[in-house]
Amino acid sequence: MSLVVENLRVRFDTPRGPVWAVDGVDLGVGPGEVVGLVGESGSGKSVTLRAIARLLHAHATTTGRVTWRGRELLTMPERELEAIRGGQIGMVFQEPMAALNPVLSIGLQIDEVLQAHTDLDARARRARALELLDHVGIAAGATRLGQFAHEFSGGMRQRAMIAIALAANPALLLADEPTTALDVTIQDQILRLLLRLKQELGMALLLVTHDLGVVAQTCDRVAVMYAGRICETGPVRDVFRHPHHAYTAALLQAMPSDEAATTRLVPIPGMAPRLSEPAAGCAFAPRCAEVQARCADERPALITQGSRTAACFARAGL
Amino acid sequence: MRAKLPLILGCLLLGTMIAFAVAPDVFAPMDPLAFDYDALMAPPSAAHWFGTDQFGRDMLSRTISAARIDLQIAVFAMAGPMLIGSLIGLLVGWFGGVADAVFGRLADLVVTFPFLVLVIAIVAVLGPGLINMYIAIACVGWVFYAKLMRGEVRVQRSLDYVAAGQVLGYSTARILFRHVLPNAMRPVIVYAVTDMALAILLGSSLGYLGLGAQPPEAEWGVLIADGKNFFTTAPWISLAPGVAIIMAGLGFSLVGDGLAGLLDVKR
Repeated sequence: MSLVVENLRVRFDTPRGPVWAVDGVDLGVGPGEVVGLVGESGSGKSVTLRAIARLLHAHATTTGRVTWRGRELLTMPERELEAIRGGQIGMVFQEPMAALNPVLSIGLQIDEVLQAHTDLDARARRARALELLDHVGIAAGATRLGQFAHEFSGGMRQRAMIAIALAANPALLLADEPTTALDVTIQDQILRLLLRLKQELGMALLLVTHDLGVVAQTCDRVAVMYAGRICETGPVRDVFRHPHHAYTAALLQAMPSDEAATTRLVPIPGMAPRLSEPAAGCAFAPRCAEVQARCADERPALITQGSRTAACFARAGL
Repeated sequence: MRAKLPLILGCLLLGTMIAFAVAPDVFAPMDPLAFDYDALMAPPSAAHWFGTDQFGRDMLSRTISAARIDLQIAVFAMAGPMLIGSLIGLLVGWFGGVADAVFGRLADLVVTFPFLVLVIAIVAVLGPGLINMYIAIACVGWVFYAKLMRGEVRVQRSLDYVAAGQVLGYSTARILFRHVLPNAMRPVIVYAVTDMALAILLGSSLGYLGLGAQPPEAEWGVLIADGKNFFTTAPWISLAPGVAIIMAGLGFSLVGDGLAGLLDVKR
């Protein structure tokens, strides 16, 4: 595992008291591996990703350990962090329009990364920038370099952002719902692009999404989050076939599959829990169809079975 | 086109003023300092369009040659506060914490006093003159730029392009000055142009009160003050500089509004 997250907790201090948005997350990403982090809105998946990249603002308190190639990221001095972020770990965001600087041309934004993380001279940087645009499927690179984010279409912006994130050849790409803001047809193109780049560059990918279809299409392993905790992890194929957590099972039933036209979708009743009032037992218990007597009072621990882990009394065979 | 009409009008007004300031000799019909003893306090006529003062000096020529000082006041009385205020606003907006809290109280304190009263008090301590006037205006005016910049930086700070910059491994200084500053600058630029209208008014008010530009320097406020002693018998002495102040003020305001529309800044 090149990225190891242990007991990661993120607390936001709000006027109405502390909120644990991430509450003890363990996660690992191996070299060249694609890991999906799935959950509903507010489950803490994006906060987890931002905590790993140390992007949270001062009102958030992060505890636990995030180690990258054996070095602790959370307590590392800014100087060392600057070399790792961008150089070894890249990130793409959900809204490419917001994540690209509106007043700098795409070419300048690529050039800036190369300046910061490589020793290339101006000519070599330009050549590399053109090569990157070609890599992410942006045609007419020479013209595109001089253009601004608002002159790109949604899909092209996401491609440009991926080019910027990949400029310095990172070994791990963190992707925060990279396809959510795009049309379904473009979504597919971007996912294929990410997978192709992952193959070509041998980088690992940590993909945050709420779309199980995206996970099925792209990931090797999946971690399912609910209310700030991981409830199940495992190889995608196994988890989708036999979920070991009632929440994962409910999510899969709510997802349209290939037989969508003939199968009835089963929505999950109720709402995601309020994190400001943590439950004593399993956070999913109030909405769970397979709820047992002890679920409300006793919190199930995350149990490892081979390559899989799950925290569920009903399904994990406890 | 219709939305741009004020901008065009403003540019025309300002262009005229700038032309006056750059080459007063070309536009002034006669020497602004030449005495004409045959036409002391002469009313507007074909020879002297805006009349003459008590020494027979042509008021139109005096007003045109004063444009240089007044535009200089507009620029310097804006530039000092803008540079200081933007920098402070950028820093407290980004770092927050104790510095931000101290800035907030300090800003409240400055805003409590009427702007002109505070500036006059500072000039009274430093002594009259243009340089001291700039210092006094900078001491008070930076607060408004800092508040504007601070608010804008706090908005920009939470946008993803800043996070993207951080995750690309850029230093804080780089993110602040290369990424956040250009994006937070637009409302400040618009405010600065409008502020130049106020600076002209402020500069001439202080000149009128004898606290800004000093008499040998022809400045519109000083010219109006010259005319005030003869206002009942020769009101035209104050007319030309008064019109000039209004035109310059209007020019800056129109350009400021036009820029706000062009740069899509909400006010």
